[in-house]
This record gives sequence, structure tokens and C-alpha cells, in this order.
Amino acid sequence: MWVTVHLPGLLRSDADGAAHVPLEVRDAAVLRGVLDALTDRHPGLDRRIRDDRGELRRYVNVFVDKDECRAMGGLDAPVHEGADVRLLPSVAGG
Amino acid sequence: MAYLLVIGTRKGLFTARSENRRTWELTGPHRLDEADDAGMSPVYTVGINPRSGRLLAGTESWHFGPSVWHSDDLGATWSEPAEAPIRFPEDTEASLTRAWQFAFGEEADTVYAGVEPHALFRSTDGGDSFTLVRALWDHPHRAEWFPGAGGGAIHTILPGTIGAGERSPEAITVAMSTGGVYQSADSGASWAPANRGISAGFLPGEEPEYGQCVHKVAMAPDGSFYAQNHHGVYRSSSPATEGWSRIKSGLPTDFGFAVVAHPHRPESALNFPVVSQDVHLPPDNRLGVYRTDDSGATWRAIDAGLPRDPYFGIVLRDAACTDGADVPGFYFGTRNGDVYAATDDGERWHQVAAHLPDVLCVRAAEV
Repeated sequence: MWVTVHLPGLLRSDADGAAHVPLEVRDAAVLRGVLDALTDRHPGLDRRIRDDRGELRRYVNVFVDKDECRAMGGLDAPVHEGADVRLLPSVAGG
Repeated sequence: MAYLLVIGTRKGLFTARSENRRTWELTGPHRLDEADDAGMSPVYTVGINPRSGRLLAGTESWHFGPSVWHSDDLGATWSEPAEAPIRFPEDTEASLTRAWQFAFGEEADTVYAGVEPHALFRSTDGGDSFTLVRALWDHPHRAEWFPGAGGGAIHTILPGTIGAGERSPEAITVAMSTGGVYQSADSGASWAPANRGISAGFLPGEEPEYGQCVHKVAMAPDGSFYAQNHHGVYRSSSPATEGWSRIKSGLPTDFGFAVVAHPHRPESALNFPVVSQDVHLPPDNRLGVYRTDDSGATWRAIDAGLPRDPYFGIVLRDAACTDGADVPGFYFGTRNGDVYAATDDGERWHQVAAHLPDVLCVRAAEV
């Protein structure tokens, strides 16, 4: 199954400058599998996106198409062939 | 000889450099990462390795989490290890919130990191990678340590001593909020609380063996300690055997966060009073520093050169330090973004920087 991950500008330096990363997901068709495939290709992204326990960082939002993943099961959110997965910094800072 | 002052703020890292400690060249905020995300993040702890000269900065990006950056050219350029330098092992089921403190061991590349949640990490490669000090993480008291208002962390690491006359490369003293003071005489293989005499007004019953909210401990040159507690100022020559004694006579309050020991005179230290746990303001709304030269028997204000106008910014626990020079300089920063230095052994202050973001931490050294 192929999906495309879209990265915000702040994360592109950890992905060789890529804004969009096409990925083949071989494992379960859920978001965790997409992020595993993404961080296998670009290991430096993992600690930005997930904490030491593997949980999504609080202020990182991940949309599968137009739905934020936390409303769809979090890392177990289903992902379909051709999905657009968008990582976006949430509303935070100061 | 030059002097470097490293300043961590709520919005980035600054450095100030001086040849004479009177005029300073301020640089910053430093751009740590290409995207300038970490560079605009809070910098909760900084360190200057006295043996290698490497600078360390502990950041916490709002969005993308904590990291540890280093500079081997006194702050001109910064790097981050390819892999997360501090990471909790999977079996701990914990995750790093942020680094709160760096300290340096006898070996040039030995670095300690105190972190939130309450844990101590040790690096033997200069800070590129750290390993959890298991014995403290596995301590049976840990379940009863809880976060203070700022979070639950080990914020003080003092390698090399557990008391006056008890210097040893294997000795180490740490402090945490809450939890109190713990000491190890065997390089961290075993730990014991050392809080006798320190109050814990937020806990019921008699003074506990552990659980105190010690805000900062400073090590005097003879290996004894000064402590600023969550209400209470203390001194101890040997916490484990003698306990702690109150030394607040002459201070306007017994609350505060920072305490700095004189690098050469065990009987001298600086304190930065705050009104109370409920009022985090300077007493009488005046920026003030107090000094003892008799091991805490008496304190006197040393405020020459400080603002006379009402002032509302306090000094946080790591926002004061000494450069350790033969004629020592003392430095502190405030939550109002002002940084002051006193280079005549602490008697008169002059301003190094103004209008920075909240100052969270400062460290200084001859370079």
C-alpha cells in the first residue's frame, strides 16, 4: 500500500529537505505503520514526532486526509491506499 | 584570558564574552538548528565543561520535544547528536520531558544530566549519548517523589563529594523537587537520602526522611553544602552524618530558588530571596542579593549597582553562578531578562544584558 506523508517546514531538515515522502507501507494499514516506515527512511524524524514511549508528541498533529488521527484511534487510526498523511505542528509555543 | 557567560532563556540561548568582565559582547539568540525551532525554544540548562571547553544546552521544543546541543567552539556553531542523546529505556515506560541540569565529572568526557521525570543520566562521551543511572531510577523511594510546581526532576548534581573531607571521584550528591537530597559514595551504584533537618511543610507529620522540596544545593570548596529549600535555608558539612542546620538569620525570607557558594571560601555564599511559595516576587519589590561570610550565621544585602526602582523579576534556581576565577565573578539573571555580574568578589553589580526573555539559567567560565 502506498501513501504520501507531507512534512511541515520545521521537519524537512530531518528528511533530507523533502516536503512530501511517498511510502510503501508493508505492515498493518494503520498510522503506526506509516510512521514506522517514515522513520525507517528518515530516523531523525522519530524523536521529533514520538516520545520515548513511542507515543505521539502532544503538540504534533497528524491528519489522515482531513481527519486528525486522535479522533480515529491515534496511532491505530486506519490508513487506506493513496492516503495523504499530514504532519503539522499544533497550536503551541510561546 | 577571556570570560564566557552562557545564558539560557525562555526564548533561546545567548552568550556574552568579555576580556575584562566589565564590558560584554552579547550574542544571540543563537541559531541551533537549521529550521531555528530549537533556537527559539526554552533553554532550561546550560553547561561549560571545565576540562574540554564544550558547551551544552538542554532545550525543549514545544512541538518536537527535548534535545541536548553542544558547541566545541564556544558557541559559534552548534550540533545535535544524530540519535536522541537522552532517552529512557523502554522498560522504564518513561519519556524524557527535558534536561534540567548538566554537571561534569573528573574524567574530561564524563557528563551528568539531571532530567524530568526524576532521573540521573551519565555520559562518557562528552554529552553525545547518556545512559540512565539505574540504581537511582530503581530506588524504592522513587514512587513517592512527586513533581513540584515546576515539574518533577533532578535539578542539582554535585559530583565529587558527599561532605566536607569526603571528596572522592566516586562520590556524588543530587537534589530533586520533590524528593530532596540523595547521595552515593560508589559512583551511583547505591543511593541514600540525606535530608535530616530539612523541613517539608507540605507533608503531614514529623520531618520525613525524604520527600523534601529542595530547590538548589551548592557545594562549597571544602565539600560542604548550602541549600535553598522550599522555605528554609540550610548548611551542612556532612548531610548524611550531621544533617542540615538552618541559616536564615539576616535574610528577609527563607524562600527562594538559587544559592551560589563562593568558589574559594567555604564560609561565603550568595542567596536570592523570594517572598514565599505563594508570592514569587523579590521581597519589598526590590531586586536584592544577600551574602554570608560566616557560614550562614549572618547575611547582608549586596545590592550596590542593582536597580532602586520597584522590580518584580526573581532569580530562578539555575539563573545564578560563579565563574570560579581566582577573583571570582558572580552572575545572575532574572525573569525580567536582566543579567548582572559582580567581578570584585561580589560586592558591586553591573549589568551585562537587559530586556532578554526570562532568564532560566546562566553558567560562566574563564575560556
